[in-house]
Amino acid sequence: MAEGRMLGERARVERPRLERGDRERNQALPALILDPEKIRGKHAALCFATMAVMLGLPLWWKTTETYRAALPYSQISELDSLLLRLRVPVSVVFVQGSLPIVDQQKLPFTIVNERDIPLKCKMRLKSRFQQAYRMAGSSEENALKKDTVQEAEAALPLPKEDSLGSLNIFVIPEKSSLLPQDKMSYIGPKRTAFVRGAHGRQALTVIGQKILQVAQAMSLTEEVLASALGDRLPEDKLNLDKRRPLKSSLGYEITFSLLNPDPKSHEVHWDIEGAVENYVQPFMSLLSAIGNFSMDSQVLYYAMLGVTPRFDAATSSYTLAAHSLPHVINPVEARLGSRAASLYPVINFLLYVPERAHSPLYIQDKDGARVTTNAFHSPRWGGIMVYNVDPSAYNTTRYPVKVNVDMVPVMEVFLSQMRLLFGVPHPQMPENFLLGSPPSEGLRYWELDRLVWARAVENLATVITTLTSLAELLDKIGNIVIKDDVASEVYRAMDAFQEAALELSAGNLEVAFRASREAVTSSEKAFFDPSLLHLLYFPDDQKFAIYIPLFLPMAVPIFLSMIKIIVENQKARKDMEKVD
Amino acid sequence: EAGPGSLSRCLAYLTSFPSPSVWQDQAEQLFKSGHTNNWAVLVCTSRFWFNYRHVANTLSVYRSVKRLGIPDSHIVLMLADDMACNPRNPKPATVFSHKNMELNVYGDDVEVDYRSYEVTVENFLRVLTGRVPPSAPRSKRLLSDDRSNVLIYMTGHGGNGFLKFQDSEEITNVELADAFEQMWQKRRYHEMLFIIDTCQGASMYERFYSPNVMALASSQVGEDSLSHQPDLAIGVHLMDRYTFYVLEFLEEIHPASQANMNDLFQVCPKSLCVSTPGHRTDLFQRNPQNVLITDFFGSVRKVELTTETVSLKPDLSSMGYRERREGPAQSSGVHPVRK
Repeated sequence: MAEGRMLGERARVERPRLERGDRERNQALPALILDPEKIRGKHAALCFATMAVMLGLPLWWKTTETYRAALPYSQISELDSLLLRLRVPVSVVFVQGSLPIVDQQKLPFTIVNERDIPLKCKMRLKSRFQQAYRMAGSSEENALKKDTVQEAEAALPLPKEDSLGSLNIFVIPEKSSLLPQDKMSYIGPKRTAFVRGAHGRQALTVIGQKILQVAQAMSLTEEVLASALGDRLPEDKLNLDKRRPLKSSLGYEITFSLLNPDPKSHEVHWDIEGAVENYVQPFMSLLSAIGNFSMDSQVLYYAMLGVTPRFDAATSSYTLAAHSLPHVINPVEARLGSRAASLYPVINFLLYVPERAHSPLYIQDKDGARVTTNAFHSPRWGGIMVYNVDPSAYNTTRYPVKVNVDMVPVMEVFLSQMRLLFGVPHPQMPENFLLGSPPSEGLRYWELDRLVWARAVENLATVITTLTSLAELLDKIGNIVIKDDVASEVYRAMDAFQEAALELSAGNLEVAFRASREAVTSSEKAFFDPSLLHLLYFPDDQKFAIYIPLFLPMAVPIFLSMIKIIVENQKARKDMEKVD
Repeated sequence: EAGPGSLSRCLAYLTSFPSPSVWQDQAEQLFKSGHTNNWAVLVCTSRFWFNYRHVANTLSVYRSVKRLGIPDSHIVLMLADDMACNPRNPKPATVFSHKNMELNVYGDDVEVDYRSYEVTVENFLRVLTGRVPPSAPRSKRLLSDDRSNVLIYMTGHGGNGFLKFQDSEEITNVELADAFEQMWQKRRYHEMLFIIDTCQGASMYERFYSPNVMALASSQVGEDSLSHQPDLAIGVHLMDRYTFYVLEFLEEIHPASQANMNDLFQVCPKSLCVSTPGHRTDLFQRNPQNVLITDFFGSVRKVELTTETVSLKPDLSSMGYRERREGPAQSSGVHPVRK
């Protein structure tokens, strides 16, 4: 109060001539401007506000940010419309007399035949047959002078490059007696084929077409690739083949089970180890190109089928109708089990020895006729075969009857089921093609090549989908933390993909397949990384509920003091104008 | 006009067409589901003794699904609390679904994959999306692929847009929809059936946007799902109404049954359930009338008869084997089966 009066007096002393109203106003103004407390207060408020905005806001933003390592989003989006070139190296060897002399002089040269493979998906595929034409050497000529195709094939020297995916085609004279009269070409069990030559002006063109036909039949066809990309093509329910093959995986677990529901009557022995070693192992060693296989076997007692077979008086046997087969598998499956540690898909092969009361047991198809193999299989699961005991064995009084399973017909069925499960169907050849018998392993080498082509393409398609969906997911949900190792896996997958695509267009199928497997492994590891779980969804009202109690008490005083400062400044300016 | 002559002409006319079995085959294939295996994820999210009914709900669905053929290796069962061996259970090792104790849904061979405190939102989402830690055993993983039909059943206490887990956390319908979308992106299911039995259950499927998902709920938004009946001996409510009637419906189903989804939609009308069950089929491609109950609750496999064999010579050491192709059985007559 005293100070106020002193100030007022000072003001009156300094400006004695002013009016009363002005005087009062002038009283207030300098008071406002010159009061050190008020000035300090203003400065303090301004400092708070500056700190909050300049320091606090960025700090809050940075610390509540989720760590996201950089990913090659643009590269991933380009993957979808990629063009894959599949090169098949074909070496074509002409024997003396298979070609007109005029054309013979043009050799050796290379023809490239590139074709678009029409698939209804975004990925574009081109198949490229690189045919290297040359004349036969002397050892090859001698070999092809043999009498039968099999001898000729056996006598041929091993080709220089017998790598996965390559083909060797020999052109023999048109009138040659190696092949039967009506057959145009012979397709061998390994990667060799024989084709009849031609004469006349357009000989090379005609032969070229024949060669292309043979090469396509032995390697890349639309069906092979369509089945590989089955789930990427629009759904076509009328086509069963697309559903049958097992998906590409790093490895498979194969389990052989012997089901003995009636141990009181049968004492069943099967030499599974020997059978696997002799018949399955060669097949598996070929197939190991596409994955790691582990095999085990078990014997299950009192394992019943879920269906009661019907008695057929005409043949005095029991029958299982085709429509009841789907229900057979389930009750058995619960007992089968699998290795707890491995995550590979399991393929089951079951051998069922029917009970004495239901012997002999036959499987009937839809039309009531017996199935000769007495076996059936289920896509992506495995196969079941019913093994009937010789009825003469029951003419004994000593029970249980000893049964030694003849493994040869059993393994025949299991191997053919295995072929079907992996997507290697019986080859359909045109009429004028002579198909050689399969080698001892049970799988022709070029059938294996086809499988590897299909798997490589399938792997690359899987990588594309995985990476694209991962990128989409991470883009859409901004809250997911992307750790460094996830990013490095993505980069590794991209590199492996590029390598695989490069090798495929260069024709090195084995390297390409390995690279595609690496790409799949890395992309799956990145996608299924446990750290990518999105749990940070906060609905808006929750966000407000968290931030308001923190920011509001701090913001309100600063805000109000800012307003007060502004209002006072405006008032001061207005008063100054009035005064002046 | 009608007489034996016209009748025989009629018959001749009919038999000149291709056999109906061909058409039936094609029609069957067109309407059948394209799946090759079935999986089920059954979740009970509540703990404490008075939530006995939620465990009984889940176990009764588990029981039906096992009875119709899905093996334990394809079922992920998550129970948030142990009712059978709860110290307050007057009948230990049993979980009943009906007050007359007719049905012990606990059974002899129940296999619980996630139990007690392992049932969390995080673990549930990890199971769905496949992002389990590498140490998780096979039984704790959902190893479905693009040809799997997946059944997801959830029960517990819920509200508008959320489901409560373990009395401490909740999962929102947005998170669930996002998890399903991630499953779709990685093609972890062919078709999915989502059933939820909680209060305001319909809110949980409102946000779904992934294709091939069908959803059922026990009550609409704003309604409560009620429990069925208490048992005076055990002292708690034994089951929820919706699941009780669903269980009754499923007990009539056997593996070869042709009952379809429209029948399931009719289960538990308002007169019995008090709440109004809802369903959502707009994301599903097939007509619900063509969807069999066993497509999701059972495990009916597609089988093909093996008609070809690879010929092997019994002599183990010789090479040069021949391949024999067996023709269709009807044209070549019946062959004796090789022993």
